[in-house]
Amino acid sequence: MKKRTVYATGADRVLSVFLNAFLWFWIVVIAYPLIYVVAASFSSSHAVISGKVWLWPVEPSLRAYRAVFNNGQILSGFYNSTVYMVLGTAISLVLTVLAAYPLSRKELVGGRIFSGLFLFTMLFSGGLIPTYLVVKDLGLRNTIWAMILPSAFSVWNMIITRTYFQTAIPDELYEAAQLDGCSDFRFLNRIVLPLSGPILAVIGLYYAVGNWNGYFNALLYLDASRLYPLQLVLRDILVLGNIDISMVKDFDEMVRKQGLADLLKYAVIVVASVPVMVLYPFIQRYFVKGVMIGAVKG
Amino acid sequence: MTVPSSIPRNRRGRPNALASMVRHWQLYAMILLPVVYIGIFNYLPMYGVQLAFKRFSPSRGIAGSAWVGLKYFQIFFTSPSCWQVVWNTLSVSVYSIAINFFFPIALAVALNETQHKGFRKTAQMITYAPYFISTVVMVGLIMQVLDPRLGIVNRIVVTLGGAETNFMGKPELFKSIYVWSGLWQGIGYSAIIYLAALSGVSPELQEAAIIDGCNRGQRIWNVDLPSITPTIVIMLIMSFGFVMSVGFEKVFLMQNNLNLSSSEIIATYVYKVGLINADFGFATAIGLFNSVVNVVLLVGANSIAKKMNQPGLW
Repeated sequence: MKKRTVYATGADRVLSVFLNAFLWFWIVVIAYPLIYVVAASFSSSHAVISGKVWLWPVEPSLRAYRAVFNNGQILSGFYNSTVYMVLGTAISLVLTVLAAYPLSRKELVGGRIFSGLFLFTMLFSGGLIPTYLVVKDLGLRNTIWAMILPSAFSVWNMIITRTYFQTAIPDELYEAAQLDGCSDFRFLNRIVLPLSGPILAVIGLYYAVGNWNGYFNALLYLDASRLYPLQLVLRDILVLGNIDISMVKDFDEMVRKQGLADLLKYAVIVVASVPVMVLYPFIQRYFVKGVMIGAVKG
Repeated sequence: MTVPSSIPRNRRGRPNALASMVRHWQLYAMILLPVVYIGIFNYLPMYGVQLAFKRFSPSRGIAGSAWVGLKYFQIFFTSPSCWQVVWNTLSVSVYSIAINFFFPIALAVALNETQHKGFRKTAQMITYAPYFISTVVMVGLIMQVLDPRLGIVNRIVVTLGGAETNFMGKPELFKSIYVWSGLWQGIGYSAIIYLAALSGVSPELQEAAIIDGCNRGQRIWNVDLPSITPTIVIMLIMSFGFVMSVGFEKVFLMQNNLNLSSSEIIATYVYKVGLINADFGFATAIGLFNSVVNVVLLVGANSIAKKMNQPGLW
């Protein structure tokens, strides 16, 4: 540690002990359940049921994961969610940039009207039923578009992006490009986008996480289980407790299957959370910046 | 600003609006797609809000359905479940705002005071990891942790000599479980914003305070917190804007028949009435009531902030 204790007084030391205790409290409280879930998922169902697992896998086994990856519904959910996430994030990024760039330019006559049009939707919305009817009337129910379009555009992300364009792209650059006869499309493509990696990464992450984690659109608009995203499959397993434990013959068998069902929940939690958690260290360095831009008044 | 002289100008020497629009037609081409999008997915539903005053008939459509006036509002406000649902919505969100207001700021201050850079980074990473957990998994996790038989909480209680409790089945515990698990998931993420604001506090101010003999506690109280007040106020106003839209997704998943008396909020009620019972007009009316209260709260919070000389949202 650096020597900054020159100014430390008695009160300072008490305060720093207190703040450190506060930090450690939260680290333990947040990390422990996560560690426990991972440990339990790698343990045997017997060890989990009899409460032997506390911090480390007991009687290590991969049975739960084998069961997860043999479950057709989970696999199909995984596949569907990946498709929705990739396609949805791409469409969302295009829509967001197409709104954010023009709104960041002073040359857009009527820019205030457009801004007002977008901002008003943050203040007031039609609500659940009217939105449902629109989606239904467009014939989107039971198609993959019902999973992508209704939440494809976030005004909040658009404002963050616009603010970034306004602050990161100097006006002089735009004027110079204009004098050289560069069109707006070309300027966006060749200059703005290459300079906006950080913000695109951050809002891309937001959209991707939102797509991957959402279940409500699926609940509203999908009846066909072959289109179910992972989260809806997980809801069945984790929240409603519907795991297929059919063909149970005797009591011992039932106990064994029930044990596996409980174990399966832990493995499912890990499998569902890993894809997003893997994305985030890559984007972490942009993350704080992106959140901060969002806090700047739009 | 240098503008090429070829652009026609109006009397005040500004470029002519129409000429500028023609010149920058590509900007309008770009924004066309997003405008069409919000037209369909945001403004068309607003047109559909008239359903709140109509008896919806699928064959006649929204415009053709018969008007019923304020009938649905009357039914809602005179029904016994009305105030229960409104109370649940308000109390769970105010509870949540209060808790989620204090702790992230405290965490940010604690992180900011940590001199050890590596430790700070690790602590930050661990505390905001739960932000990425989905609502479904989060609720699954809550149910596993609080499970009467296998849950770690009950196992600790039993080890200490207590009795097993079915936490999820107790209406009086529902709001606390919702709010504190929300804090668990969101504290690290919310702290980022305050932490970023704290890193912008001017070092000169800090040094001046040190020279004046302030200890660390006094510096936090008199320098750090006042410097990040604008950020705190904006975050607070925004949370008021979301009062009536408390996380439907999470509440809905946490509901069961035992805790329904305190877990039924307006949004879940609308979903059940509207889509499960297919009573579209009634559900739209309750939804409209929800949106209007939301707007009033947001505008109110914003004007209070302005009166207190703080920057508002607009």
